[in-house]
Amino acid sequence: MSQNILFLAHVDESGKSLPRIAFEVLGAALDLAAGSGGVLTIGLIGENVQEAADGLASTGARILSVSGREFAHPRYSTDAAAAEAICRAATPELVITPSTSRFLRVIPGVAQRLSGQVDTHITSIEIADSRISAKRWFYRQRLEAAIQRDARPWFLLMDSGCHEPWTGAARTANIEPIDVPVSPDQTRTVFAGIRTPNSDAQTIRPDAKLLFVAGAGWCKKQGDGKNHVAEAEVAILSFLQNSGASLGGSKSLVDQSGENQAVLGFMTHLNQVGQTGSTPRHPKGLSTCCHGEEPHVVGWRFINERRAINLDPNCGWARGKADVLYVADAFQVMERLNALLAKK
Amino acid sequence: MSNVYHIVVCAGIVPDPLQTLEPITTPTGPALKNEMMLPAVLDPWSGHALYEATNLAAHFPGSKVWLVSAAPKAKLQQVMMNVAQKASFELIPIDVPANGFADAHSVAKILGEAIQTIAGLDRSRLLLFGGWESASRGAGVTMQLVGERLGIRDQFQGVDQLTVQNDGSLEILERIEGGRHLVSTCQGPPALLGWATGNLPEPKNNPQVGMANMRAIMPALQKAKPASLFQNVRYVSVTPPKQQRQTRVVKDRSVDEIAAELAEWIVQS
Ligand SMILES: Cc1cc2nc3c(=O)[nH]c(=O)nc-3n(C[C@H](O)[C@H](O)[C@H](O)COP(=O)(O)OP(=O)(O)OC[C@H]3O[C@@H](n4cnc5c(N)ncnc54)[C@H](O)[C@@H]3O)c2cc1C
Repeated sequence: MSQNILFLAHVDESGKSLPRIAFEVLGAALDLAAGSGGVLTIGLIGENVQEAADGLASTGARILSVSGREFAHPRYSTDAAAAEAICRAATPELVITPSTSRFLRVIPGVAQRLSGQVDTHITSIEIADSRISAKRWFYRQRLEAAIQRDARPWFLLMDSGCHEPWTGAARTANIEPIDVPVSPDQTRTVFAGIRTPNSDAQTIRPDAKLLFVAGAGWCKKQGDGKNHVAEAEVAILSFLQNSGASLGGSKSLVDQSGENQAVLGFMTHLNQVGQTGSTPRHPKGLSTCCHGEEPHVVGWRFINERRAINLDPNCGWARGKADVLYVADAFQVMERLNALLAKK
Repeated sequence: MSNVYHIVVCAGIVPDPLQTLEPITTPTGPALKNEMMLPAVLDPWSGHALYEATNLAAHFPGSKVWLVSAAPKAKLQQVMMNVAQKASFELIPIDVPANGFADAHSVAKILGEAIQTIAGLDRSRLLLFGGWESASRGAGVTMQLVGERLGIRDQFQGVDQLTVQNDGSLEILERIEGGRHLVSTCQGPPALLGWATGNLPEPKNNPQVGMANMRAIMPALQKAKPASLFQNVRYVSVTPPKQQRQTRVVKDRSVDEIAAELAEWIVQS
C-alpha cells in the first residue's frame, strides 16, 4: 500500500517562511508516509522558496519548487499552473496541502486538471485496513464522516489545529526547480494589495487562545429601556485589549450594520461565527449577550472550553452547548472582568 | 455593448439550519433522516451570490442572470416560491437527488454540462457566480471544478466585493486569513466568483417579482429531466458529534465572583 505522497505548500506573506498551518500539515503528511511505507516529496511555491525550503531540509524529502515574481502573490491562474507542474513532476497518489485561503482557491481546479479528486477541511488522515481514510465534517460541522476514494491523485486539504507542527533544524536545502512559463492570459488578474477591514483594531486573531463572541444583546434595549452601544463598544474593545482574544459575532449582531441600526463600529461580517460565518479554532471561547442558537453554535465545533454570560437561564448555552453558563448581566460582568484583567 | 454581463449563478438548496440533522444509511449511501420532509432554503452563500448578481445586472443594462440549481425538483420548487420573490432570474433546474453527501465532482460535471447548453449565453461575457462553500458539503470545491470544465482561469473565492472600474476591469475583494481581504484586479469576464457574504442585505420579498418569475420557473421545473449522480466517495462512517456538555448553570452569584472566576479561567494556560 506504499504511497507516493506530495506535500505541497506556498510561502507566507513574508515571502520567506511557510504559514504555521503548513508545519502542522507537514507533520500529518510525514506520519502518513511513515505509516504507509510511502515516500514523501515536498513541493513549494513562491517568489523565492530557498529560505522556506531550508527550514524543511531536515525532513530528508526531495524538494521541488516553482518560483519567480509571478508566483509571489495568490492568483488562481499562476498558482494552478505552479501546483499542476509540481504534481506532474512528482506523480503522487496523494497530495496533502494546508487549507490556506490561497490553496483552497486553487487546489480543486488542479485536481480537475490532473483527473484527480479533492476533499477539503480534512481533520485527520488515518490508515485502516490498509486503506487511507480522511475525516471531515458535513452540514457545517453537524455530522462527521470518515471517507475514502479510489481516485488518484487524491488531494486532501487539511485544516489548522489538527496535528502537532513538525519541527526540525534548518540547513541548506537542495531544491529541484521547475520552470513554469507564464503567458499573458495568465496575468489578466493582478494582485492589488491586502486590505484590512474598516476597524480601528485588528479584531480577528486566529492564533489567540480565546474567542470572545458578542451577540445582538449588546445592542438591545437593556433593563432601563435604553440602548448602551457606546458602553458596549468600550467594554468589548477593552476586553480584547486586556485579554488578547479574537472577536467573533453572532449573525444578528453583524447583520445590524447593514440595517442602519445602532451598531458596534468594529464588527463586520468577517467576525461572524456560525453556519454562514466562520468556524474558528481557539482553545477557549466566551460568549456574551448571544443566545446560543444552533446556527451560531455550529461555528464553535472546534472550541474546546466554552463559557457564556447571558441573562436568560434557558438560553441555548444552558442546553449542553457550554461548559458553564453565568446567568448575569454581561455589561456588569465585563466591566469588573476588564478591571481585573487590566491589573494582571 | 461593453459591460454587459451574462451572470450564471450556481446555487443548491440545504436544510433549514434550525433543523436537527440525523444521519441514516440507505442503499445508495448516507442520507438525512426524513430528508424530503425537512424544510429547505437556498444555500446561504450562493443566495448572496444571487443577490449580488441581480444587483450587478440591474446596474448594467442588457445584462442577464441565470440560476442553475441541481436539486430534487419538488424541494427546489418549494424554495423557489420564496426566492423568486427576491430577485429576477431565469431558472435552469437539474432534477437530481443532491444532498451534502453527493460528490462534488459529479455535481460539477452536471452543472458544467447544463451551463454549456444555456441558449444565448455569451461565454465572453460570462461571470460565473456561486457560494464559496455550501452549507451541506461545505467543501468549497464545486465552483472551481465547474470553472475548470468551462476553461475559466480567473477564479476568486470568499468574495465580499466586486466593483466594475471605469475601464471595465473588475476589482475583487476575497477573504483571507486574519479577517483581511486580498484585493485583485481582473481585466474582465470571463471570471468565476465564489461569494462569501458580500455587502447586500437579503432583498425583501416582492410578490410581483415572484409572480413574473414563477411564470417561467414553473414550466422550467416541469421540464427538468431527472439525472443521476455518480458517487465517487465511500463513506466509512457518518456520525453526529458525541459530546453533549454537562452545562453548569451559575445563578445567584455576585458580579464580582463571576468576574473573578472568569479572570482566573482566562489567564490559565
Ligand atoms: C440560514 C441561516 C443561517 C444562519 N447563520 C448564522 C451564523 O452563521 N451565525 C449566527 O450567529 N447565527 C446564524 N443564524 C441566526 C441564528 O439562528 C440566530 O438568529 C442568531 O444567532 C441570534 O443571534 P444572537 O444570539 O446574538 O441574538 P438574539 O437571539 O437576539 O439573542 C440576544 C441574547 O442576548 C441576551 N442579552 C441581552 N442583554 C444582555 C445582557 N445585558 N447580558 C447578558 N445577556 C444579554 C439575551 O438574553 C439573548 O439571549 C442563521 C440563521 C439562518 C436562518
